[in-house]
Amino acid sequence: MKISTVKELLDARVLCGEDQLGKHVYSACGCDMMSDVLAYVKDQAVLLTGLVNPQVVRTAEMMDMVCIVFVRSKQPTEAILTLARNSGIVVMATDKRLYEACGKLYYHGLQNDEMEKDG
Amino acid sequence: MAEPLVFHYEVDGSDFTSAGTASVAVKKSLRQLGLPAEVIRKLSIAMYEGEINMVIHANGGTADVIVTEDYVDIVLADSGPGIEDVDKAMQEGFSTATAEIHSLGFGAGMGLPNMKRYSDEMSIETELGVGTTIRMRIYMT
Ligand SMILES: Nc1ncnc2c1ncn2[C@@H]1O[C@H](COP(=O)(O)OP(=O)(O)O)[C@@H](O)[C@H]1O
Ligand SMILES: [Mg+2]
Repeated sequence: MKISTVKELLDARVLCGEDQLGKHVYSACGCDMMSDVLAYVKDQAVLLTGLVNPQVVRTAEMMDMVCIVFVRSKQPTEAILTLARNSGIVVMATDKRLYEACGKLYYHGLQNDEMEKDG
Repeated sequence: MAEPLVFHYEVDGSDFTSAGTASVAVKKSLRQLGLPAEVIRKLSIAMYEGEINMVIHANGGTADVIVTEDYVDIVLADSGPGIEDVDKAMQEGFSTATAEIHSLGFGAGMGLPNMKRYSDEMSIETELGVGTTIRMRIYMT
């Protein structure tokens, strides 16, 4: 799924990384505990979370994730966005709740942990 | 590279917001050096967990990363309270983190087990009231 499709499905506002909306992502995870992301996540490209602090960006960077979606209308600070820009990570914000946001992406095909074969 | 490359960082223990800065910097440097992606990935996660621990449990410290041809060493040293029972601390889910730390997204008790999992060798030297030094080694292959 293209990151631009994630944006459309979630009706999200892109806050940084607009130039990378054409990138493809193959999996996602929804989580508020960065500890759990670090411990249990493997090769997920999109992080959906209701937690807003700079550690979200650093955790995503450590896990080689390419896109962060802040849910429930959470607004990241400029410092958070600067970190994300420096790491080349797309950041967007949606009004949807975590459960609904994850459900939408899952329903529309962002499901498997494994890499989709790109046609 | 003949001489080992050394990166040294001071980890500020007073500011949770900046925790992980050293790990992000190391990751960027190692990418530029062209190290294998898997090595960088393991090292990043192990070092980040250790760096967070130094901030939330030990009031900061120093982080050194030594890159040789065959392996990368990470040495995290602090003068914090020390770890009372290392075997217990190594158990998945054991944590002394406060509710405030939980609200920041950390303190699930998975940090030390994760550091062990992502490093090839790990040792913990610790003394109550003196501090903790954790060494991790990750081989290039
Ligand atoms: N550098 C440190 N100094 C003192 N205590 C530590 C340090 N690192 C870890 N600990 C202790 O070990 C426990 C387990 O650590 P960890 O597995 O990273 O879990 P968490 O950080 O989520 O509590 C911590 O809760 C803390 O009591
Ligand atoms: Mg920890």
